[in-house]
Amino acid sequence: MEGTAVLGRVTWRTATVVGRHDETATARTLALAVHDWPGHVAGQHLDVRLTAADGYSAVRSYSIASAPNSDGRIEITVDRLPNGEVSPYLTQEVMVGDELEVRGPVGRWFVWIPEQVGPIQLVAGGSGIVPLMAMIRSRASVGSATPFRLLYSVREPGAVFYRDELQALSSQGDSVIVTYAYTRVTPKNWPRPAGHIDAESVASGTWPSNLRPTSYVCGPTSFVEHTTDLLIAVGHDRERIRTERFGATGEQK
Amino acid sequence: MNASMNYLDGNAAAGELSRIFAGDVTSAEGQCANCGANRRFAEAHLYMQCPGLVARCALCGHVLLRFTNVRGRVFLDLRGMTYLSVEAAQQESY
Repeated sequence: MEGTAVLGRVTWRTATVVGRHDETATARTLALAVHDWPGHVAGQHLDVRLTAADGYSAVRSYSIASAPNSDGRIEITVDRLPNGEVSPYLTQEVMVGDELEVRGPVGRWFVWIPEQVGPIQLVAGGSGIVPLMAMIRSRASVGSATPFRLLYSVREPGAVFYRDELQALSSQGDSVIVTYAYTRVTPKNWPRPAGHIDAESVASGTWPSNLRPTSYVCGPTSFVEHTTDLLIAVGHDRERIRTERFGATGEQK
Repeated sequence: MNASMNYLDGNAAAGELSRIFAGDVTSAEGQCANCGANRRFAEAHLYMQCPGLVARCALCGHVLLRFTNVRGRVFLDLRGMTYLSVEAAQQESY
């Protein structure tokens, strides 16, 4: 596995912000250059620690959005939460050149590696797209032909992360099949009314269970529980469903 | 949708638990000392609205792990699990 020969303990490292751009009105991607970054696998996350002048510190986990690479540069996408302690700073204040403390990469369960056999079903709720995007980017970067489908549940068209890139990656041969499900507002002339993912959206937006895909479901806790139940109801094996929950608010604490 | 769904899952504990475990805990398999369920630690329900972490069995709600960091000492209580099993090969490569 490229970039994964990680020896030694996970420690806090200094990351320098080397780029930033907005994904939506509330979400921003930060590119980080991390000193001695040991490399990561798609789906892993890192912890970010902010420390105030009085010594108070807050730690939050953020999924890595970028594909594994060997240049010590990673991206995270942070969605701003109105009452968040950390996300307003990361999405509104942090500047290119600023330094952050990061610990990672961590997590070896909610990951996809190109050597894995079998089709992949990704299901994202809101900002739960981030680690799944790392998997899609990892697949593209190694030229894998593993069948990938993404069912992406999102509040409204303007809340879609990585829109152009997903469009490009889903419009070529051997591409990722992307299905959107809108919970509040749909695009004009959208065939389905806005609403939470239901049995019908699972039937039309995911691999049939007889293909025995491995599924990755990521989003707010209630979304993950609801979607997992729907997948199991149509015959998916619980053992092949991997989940990652953000909690009630969407802020990964 | 459901206001009581304020838990995360074992994935979110990976960073904090890396202070104690050299191997990855999220992919470790643990057995609940109450109901006997064998699950990956990533699937445990994780509560962080406290000075530390509390992981509960996703099936029966039994407390599997408590972790606190107070005055420079880290406390770990693993009574809730009969065992925790980590892949040996991964322990060496991680």
